[in-house]
Amino acid sequence: MTTSTTTPAGSAIAPRRRRADDVAGLGTARAGIFVAPALILIGIFLLFPAVWTIWLGMTDYRLTGLQAASPEFVGLDNYAEALTDPSFWNSLWLTLIFVLFSGIIGQTLIGFGLAWAVRNIHGWVKGLIEGLVLAAWVIPASVASFLWLALLDRRSGTVNGLLGTEGTAWLIDHPMESIIIFNIWVGTAFSMQLFSSALSAVPPSQIESAKMVGASGWQQLRDVIVPNIKGHILTNTLLITLWTFNTFTPYLVTAGGPNGKTEILSVYIYETAIPGGQLGLGAAISLIMLLINLVIALGYVRVSKGRKKR
Amino acid sequence: MINHGNRRILAALAVATAGALVFAGCSGEAPEASEDTGPVTLTITANSIAGGKNAAEADWIADWVIPEFEAAMEEDGKDVTVEFEPQGVDDENYKTKIALDLQSGEGADIIGMDGIWVGEFAEAGYIKPLAEVGGDAVDAWEGWEQIPEAVQSAVSFDDERYGVPQGADGRVLYFNKDLFEQAGLDADWQPESWEDVLDAARELKQLDGVTPIQLNAGTAMGEATTMQGLLPMLVGTGEQVYEDDKWVGDTDGLNDALDLYKTIYVDEGLGDAVLQQEAAGRDTSFQLFAANQIGILLEGDYFWRSVINPEEGVGTAPMANRDDVVGYTKIPAMEPGSGINGQDFVSMSGGTGRVLNPNSEHPELAWELLAFMNSADAYKARNEGTVAITPRTDVNDEMLAGDPMLTYVSEEVLPITAYRPPLAAYPQVSTALQQATLDVVSGVSVADAASTYADAVKDIVGDDAVSGG
Repeated sequence: MTTSTTTPAGSAIAPRRRRADDVAGLGTARAGIFVAPALILIGIFLLFPAVWTIWLGMTDYRLTGLQAASPEFVGLDNYAEALTDPSFWNSLWLTLIFVLFSGIIGQTLIGFGLAWAVRNIHGWVKGLIEGLVLAAWVIPASVASFLWLALLDRRSGTVNGLLGTEGTAWLIDHPMESIIIFNIWVGTAFSMQLFSSALSAVPPSQIESAKMVGASGWQQLRDVIVPNIKGHILTNTLLITLWTFNTFTPYLVTAGGPNGKTEILSVYIYETAIPGGQLGLGAAISLIMLLINLVIALGYVRVSKGRKKR
Repeated sequence: MINHGNRRILAALAVATAGALVFAGCSGEAPEASEDTGPVTLTITANSIAGGKNAAEADWIADWVIPEFEAAMEEDGKDVTVEFEPQGVDDENYKTKIALDLQSGEGADIIGMDGIWVGEFAEAGYIKPLAEVGGDAVDAWEGWEQIPEAVQSAVSFDDERYGVPQGADGRVLYFNKDLFEQAGLDADWQPESWEDVLDAARELKQLDGVTPIQLNAGTAMGEATTMQGLLPMLVGTGEQVYEDDKWVGDTDGLNDALDLYKTIYVDEGLGDAVLQQEAAGRDTSFQLFAANQIGILLEGDYFWRSVINPEEGVGTAPMANRDDVVGYTKIPAMEPGSGINGQDFVSMSGGTGRVLNPNSEHPELAWELLAFMNSADAYKARNEGTVAITPRTDVNDEMLAGDPMLTYVSEEVLPITAYRPPLAAYPQVSTALQQATLDVVSGVSVADAASTYADAVKDIVGDDAVSGG
């Protein structure tokens, strides 16, 4: 699987122009020796684990018990089991909700909004706002999750104190909303920074022209800004989607609970493979997750190609 | 098979690397001393940590076992260093850690573990029978005579000893006498049936800011739910989780037990259902009990001697007035005489133990250390700070008299207790049971929860090995 993920991307980027066959004059053998260390490292650290995962995914390997000592080859049984298990589909559904609200809508829109709001501010105010947002990004996830546990605690949480909602168990009553807001808080800085630099690259002459013909703020945004930063929007959305899809941090806040209500795919795999001990099944689901990632990435490549042709 | 092949390759790589490192490190120094005189390093790991979980055990290992054993070895002319690798995490996480350690051929020489993991670890080949690892000295050990068969079986599998048990425990109902008095109840309490317990809880409900009863439920607290919640209730209905080669399925007893959960958490709101779903729910229930906010709590003697122990640095939720305020009483069967063996009262017992790591480089010396940790002197030193029921009858006879609670468990509870089956499938069945309680607590009907559970168990052990519908 991994080989097929790396080669098409490489060949798509490789220049089609003809070059001299051997610029450095090393010859194939010696050139091979030069790249061999890199290839060996790639083989050990990328290729081998990937192939190993595929192999594991086709066994009934477990963390303990008889199947740990002598796992049996079960072919595609794990895939069949995962794809017919309602909790897998529930987990996938939760992941989509999580990605949509915390990643695509939350981080992207709020990030853009913040960048838009501070674009004309200068000096220490801008520095302060950017600094605050960046702080959330810089704080290690484990620390941030403890912070949020303290904020949302049922008995002595800060949020309950501020809102006067003593006794509300946010992580139990509104678990998905909680991790969505948590993830927005953690990740918005990236979008804000990316959009800030994108906005500063929009030619001022175009904005001035738009203003002169009497375009409203909304019209400026729609007709001048967005077309100029389309590439950034696309890149940002792809990265945020993939990151949010794969993130494990919400586990630190809710541990997948209560009763699996925040068991997004990464948490589901962890719960299956490590505490659940079903390493084979976990490996199979990991591969399914990898394939979903591939589909997202390919979709993005498609869209960006189509955009460049126009 | 893949695992073994892979392990061999890894081992070869590790040996090669280690060899190179040792070679590099030793060049120019004196050659290593011979095998007999050391220097040798042994390691012990357990889920205990100074100032945290099971602090008393951690302190005992650091302050007594290590210096005393090193001194004893020195007298024999051996240079032995013992290191302790403390852990202070949830039992489930600890189990995962040691399983991964053992799987990769690593891990401490002596590993503390719950008796119920022994089956699956043995089947995986992670641990081996004690005598196979430690040599002839194991069977010749004087301690076996002092440890009753039933206690030994807690860390045995397929009639083979895999480790040395650390003690016996029992479960009781703890209650807060102050709260009982405030609610107009008799502080000298011995309920005769589930209904008696519910009646007391109903009275306690009138008090402000008090959760009347907390019966462990849900998956967040793992085995604590099964051991300190569902199983004591199940044996109170006369059924066992594993009986006559069959696992309990959708049976009357299970339905009755789940029904009790429904009464407590859903129908009458006598317990805090949200607490049972919180990630740190068990620790929170300890804190709340210590803060006089929980009336009745089902726990093991661990709760008394460790969690709420007022002695400095022992408990994680110490109660200064523990001896005056906290009452304990036997767990009643559903109705008098309805428990297993026609008993009026029931309990569940588990056992922890310590095993030898088959990957140990010095297995015979590791056994010497393990035997040392289980000597009468060692238990006496261990019990100086906090008394626990030890596996050794000689030590128990001498030491338990000083602690009325543990004497109570030893004399009243252990004779009526039941044990979990030492089978590899148990942990998976246990998880399914936890899910069943969680389902009920979060609003699913008892019938649905029981049938979902039965289906899950059939998936694990096969249709033939499940009793009931």
